[in-house]
Amino acid sequence: MSARDAILARVRRSLGVDGTEPDRRATAEARMHDAPIGLIPARGQLDPAGQRALFRAMAEKVSSSVVAVASGADVPAAIADYLRSKNLPPSFRRGDDPRLAAMPWDSQPNLEISTGISDGHDLVSVSHAVGAIAETGTLALQSGGDNPTTLNFLPDHHIVVVDAGAIVGDYETFWAGMRQRFGKGVMPRTVNFVTGPSRSGDIEQTILLGAHGPRALHIIMVG
Amino acid sequence: MQITSPQFRQNATKALNDGQLQKALGNVQKGFIGKRALAVAALPEFEQLRDSGRAIKTHTLKHLDLYLEAYEAKVTASGGQVHWAETAQDAREIILGICKAAGARTVTKGKSMISEEVGVNAYLEEHGITPVETDLGEYIIQLRGETPSHIIAPAVHLNKEQVEQDFRRVHTHLAPERNLSEAQTLLTEARAVLRERFLAADVGITGANFLVAETGTSIIVTNEGNGDLTQILPRVHIVIASIEKITPTLEDVSQILRLLARSATGQDMSVYTTFSTGPRRADDPDGPDQYHVVLLDNGRTAMLGTEFEEMLRCIRCGACMNHCPVYHAVGGHAYGSVYPGPMGAVLTPSLWGVDKGGQLPNASTFCGRCESVCPMKIPLPKMMRHWREREFERHLNPPAQRWGLGAWAFLARRPKLYHALTGLVARLIGRIGAVRGGSLGWLPLAGGWTRHRDLPAPEGRTFLEMWADKQRKSA
Repeated sequence: MSARDAILARVRRSLGVDGTEPDRRATAEARMHDAPIGLIPARGQLDPAGQRALFRAMAEKVSSSVVAVASGADVPAAIADYLRSKNLPPSFRRGDDPRLAAMPWDSQPNLEISTGISDGHDLVSVSHAVGAIAETGTLALQSGGDNPTTLNFLPDHHIVVVDAGAIVGDYETFWAGMRQRFGKGVMPRTVNFVTGPSRSGDIEQTILLGAHGPRALHIIMVG
Repeated sequence: MQITSPQFRQNATKALNDGQLQKALGNVQKGFIGKRALAVAALPEFEQLRDSGRAIKTHTLKHLDLYLEAYEAKVTASGGQVHWAETAQDAREIILGICKAAGARTVTKGKSMISEEVGVNAYLEEHGITPVETDLGEYIIQLRGETPSHIIAPAVHLNKEQVEQDFRRVHTHLAPERNLSEAQTLLTEARAVLRERFLAADVGITGANFLVAETGTSIIVTNEGNGDLTQILPRVHIVIASIEKITPTLEDVSQILRLLARSATGQDMSVYTTFSTGPRRADDPDGPDQYHVVLLDNGRTAMLGTEFEEMLRCIRCGACMNHCPVYHAVGGHAYGSVYPGPMGAVLTPSLWGVDKGGQLPNASTFCGRCESVCPMKIPLPKMMRHWREREFERHLNPPAQRWGLGAWAFLARRPKLYHALTGLVARLIGRIGAVRGGSLGWLPLAGGWTRHRDLPAPEGRTFLEMWADKQRKSA
């Protein structure tokens, strides 16, 4: 008997079932199919303006910095401002995200932009989030050529652009949106929920920023 | 790992006399209890979410075989591979096999208690492969040749001066005169040293906080980002997880995520929650080429359907040990097991046998704080009691203890004799106490108590006598 069959047989023996009971199968299949929503905290159940304000407040609470701009056209200047304020060289790396590509980078002729994955030696990266969740100030990023996952973790400063319209109140609403995009039960290779810059409390339980991931997380809310 | 739980008494005595450890243990209360309380108070639905989380896990365990099958099918469909391991040895061999096939020389590791349970590191080293722990706490204890003393804060037993000494001893390529007196400089040094290891690794091994049956997704929850660098940079990603990590849907995971970080570190949400489904896709510029999941049983199926089944709801948040007075006093290493504290006291005899772990359920005052903070409402004291009964039934406790329990049981079943005898003893000790100023520094058969503190002498009459008196007067 394979290890797989042996483990499943032991599970069934312990539960007193044989695995073919139609009721049990129907119950499990229905749960995976319907994905019933549990208890949603009231905290995030606000109108869009309230959700944006909550997202910002929760993100700042976990040491993210947040700026709001009116449109995508303002993003290059907002990035240049951030780099200046942190005394960083005017350069960063990004992926092929068409929303980022369409921004008027000519307006910031000093910005030096490279694209593609990070090799671990970039100081700053820029990503476009797929969404954000107000209840905990959490960004959601998705793997792929548009926004390579290495850009979320290797650079010292991670700048994330998010459409204000993509901010939702709770995790469940975010997953409902992902299902519409990808289909039921299908996921991109990686979804990263990011709630603040990297940190560790492993030395005497004192929280310090910048463990292995970015030391700083800067969020640009668009719209 | 070598289980030394039978030596709990000796381990605990040593821990109580260890000044460094006692100083470090102060950080457990400072670092966890107040933060958790604040986070819980800020979410009015927390109690209801505990019920929701418990219901999800209970449902999942009742349908575990079906969700495991569904999960495996989804992983396979997304290009990953599921390996089933009945025992720790099976898991070690599977992992070594994958590493060898990949021609691996170094392996980075995200923090995983299952990896500790299985003993992955020692096995890889025996076979010429270098495992590198990348969670800061795990990295520190790996340098020291120690095991974690806490399931989410592995180096909580250490002070920063000890970490400085270890970094100076091991990082000999760095200038000896550098300043490492601050925690921040220690963190910066570890970041730089480990960055090179991340980039050089051939295989990355992580655990999983959840496995999602609906989508074939594995989820890790971290604050440092080390788990992510472990899984996106090498060519091969291995997830090692025990079978009870299965959760039906992303909605179910969302419920439990609201409990996990609040119960663990007092955060609303940990910094990184990463949902991984299969290897690199055709249009992915980064991510691993291979994605393996090792599903471990190692004794879990034997807990299903027994009085210990509820322990399989555990999400490894550490709240029970953070709130345990015994853990506060002796720390995690005294338990001599991979899993310390109240959850370890239930899990160790379950996974390694009551003959090896039977001491741990006795290391409890049954104050009940663990159960009251457990996000999954696991009745930990009740299960420790079950283990005490099993230990007694199997004649595993020492003769003096058995004789004492037997004598007590004889009396407890004979209330009249019991009350007469306790009344007599109470008056006798009360009289001695009155002479000695109200407290006793020595008492036969109570040396375990009086060696460390005085025993307040009884008033002279038992509670029941006073109660009966009061009833008579008010009648």
